[in-house]
Amino acid sequence: MNANKIDKDSEQMINEIKTIGIAGAGTMGAGIAIVCARAGFRTRVFDLNQSALDRAHNQTEAFLRKSVERGKLAADKVPQIMAEWHGTTRLEEFADCDLVIEAVFESLPVKHDLFGKLNGICPAHTIFASNTSTISITEIAGGSGRADRFVGMHFCLPAQLMKLVEMSPGLTTSEETFTLAWSVCEVLGQKPVRTQDTPGFVLNYFLIPFNNDAIRLVEQGVAAPADIDLAIKTAMGYAMGPMELLDLVGMDTQKLLCEAMHGVTNEPRAACPPLVKRMIAAGWLGKKSGRGFHSYTDSKMYGA
Amino acid sequence: MTTYRIIQSGESPSFPTSRPAVEPLTYHSFVEQASGSGLSCVFMGKDAGAAFAAAGKLDACPFVAIELGLECLGVHTGETRGSEGSNVVGFARFRLGKGEPTALVELVRQPHTSEESIAAAKRAFEAADLKVAVCGDFPGRIVNRLIRPYLNAALRRLDEGLASADDMDKTLCLGLGYPEGPISLLERTGLAEHHDTSLSLYQALGQEPYAPARRAQVAKARVGH
Repeated sequence: MNANKIDKDSEQMINEIKTIGIAGAGTMGAGIAIVCARAGFRTRVFDLNQSALDRAHNQTEAFLRKSVERGKLAADKVPQIMAEWHGTTRLEEFADCDLVIEAVFESLPVKHDLFGKLNGICPAHTIFASNTSTISITEIAGGSGRADRFVGMHFCLPAQLMKLVEMSPGLTTSEETFTLAWSVCEVLGQKPVRTQDTPGFVLNYFLIPFNNDAIRLVEQGVAAPADIDLAIKTAMGYAMGPMELLDLVGMDTQKLLCEAMHGVTNEPRAACPPLVKRMIAAGWLGKKSGRGFHSYTDSKMYGA
Repeated sequence: MTTYRIIQSGESPSFPTSRPAVEPLTYHSFVEQASGSGLSCVFMGKDAGAAFAAAGKLDACPFVAIELGLECLGVHTGETRGSEGSNVVGFARFRLGKGEPTALVELVRQPHTSEESIAAAKRAFEAADLKVAVCGDFPGRIVNRLIRPYLNAALRRLDEGLASADDMDKTLCLGLGYPEGPISLLERTGLAEHHDTSLSLYQALGQEPYAPARRAQVAKARVGH
């Protein structure tokens, strides 16, 4: 988008961005943190759960070492990148962040609570961004205390490998904020595309119902998960089948995505299939729990 | 080794005869590996079902395979109270509209189809470097059932201005690693062809996401213009 080309003022503002905070050390948060630390930013990762931080730290190191083995990263970069990675269970440590990217549960009250606290912790210049994939940016911004300095930055799973970021301005987002966030995105080595602040933006508008349709094929006995994955990968050339992708996303996350998406669109295809709820009850969350539509022997980060 | 003979009845969408400018004709290895004395039977071509109906008893075959179009296997075998199933399977090599057939064979079974017959048929296709996904006897099988609502949604959202055709394709390719975006895919393989398959599924399933999108209806109306 030419309108968001880095001009001199933006370049100066980007230079002032030294520290990026990532709220949430789940699959998405951990991936986004890798992107930020890899680009040389001091990266703070917040999670209430210390074990989630420990897991994200270990997965990050494993991912970077694999990148070295694959010849995609110089070995001496690993300690440098890890030195930029700082985990914390105290939100107050985000006080020096210039940009905060939120990657917590898809719940508007949860996000409002988080940003409300951050608004009292972070300085006035700090830009807030949400990695939400389904909730309106304008609605989240409305409870952030700084609606003009709020923007949607939706990374794709796995963030450390996928370049696309859907950038969405809310109704109240200032042009200056959007331009700066867009520029940061480019400095991170990502490829931003501008999308409207509509449910699911582009990706999830298509992906959530598509994955639900695949789950319903399993529910209805049309085919087994492995056959569905094989068919879609072979016929369409997709890198992953829908059941494999769902296992990576996690059933708990899929349920939240469905609820958020269906809640605003009422589209039947976006409604959470009953099988997802049964799998959550059984503890079959996907790759992270060792069993979803497929079984797994490890919980390594994708690409590690 | 699974041996089979092919009973050809009309041009096969799954294994079309390649007609190069210079002879000879070339055939897929699945066709070349067939033998007139093969123990199993593969009914191939647009009239495969009729040829199967005229063939008489085939109970002794390790497997019998009937090439399917958009119809269910039960149309050819008959169905009884959910207990249907024998040594007969259906198959179709997936192809999207005007696109070339892919390496995917959707192998259709009924509730009580013999597991030995499914395994034998699978071996025969895999021996010809094809990938086999087994599915139940439902309209659209696996791939059409999943992608037609997605393609219709892409066409509808294009009409609604969610993004330009190029941006929509770019987002889905970059974000999900798809080799081709939905609009480009439909342009390459045919909007009118998408209309026909989608309409067939809409009639079979009665679900709105399968109703052909406006742009597909327009393309169908303009065929021959």
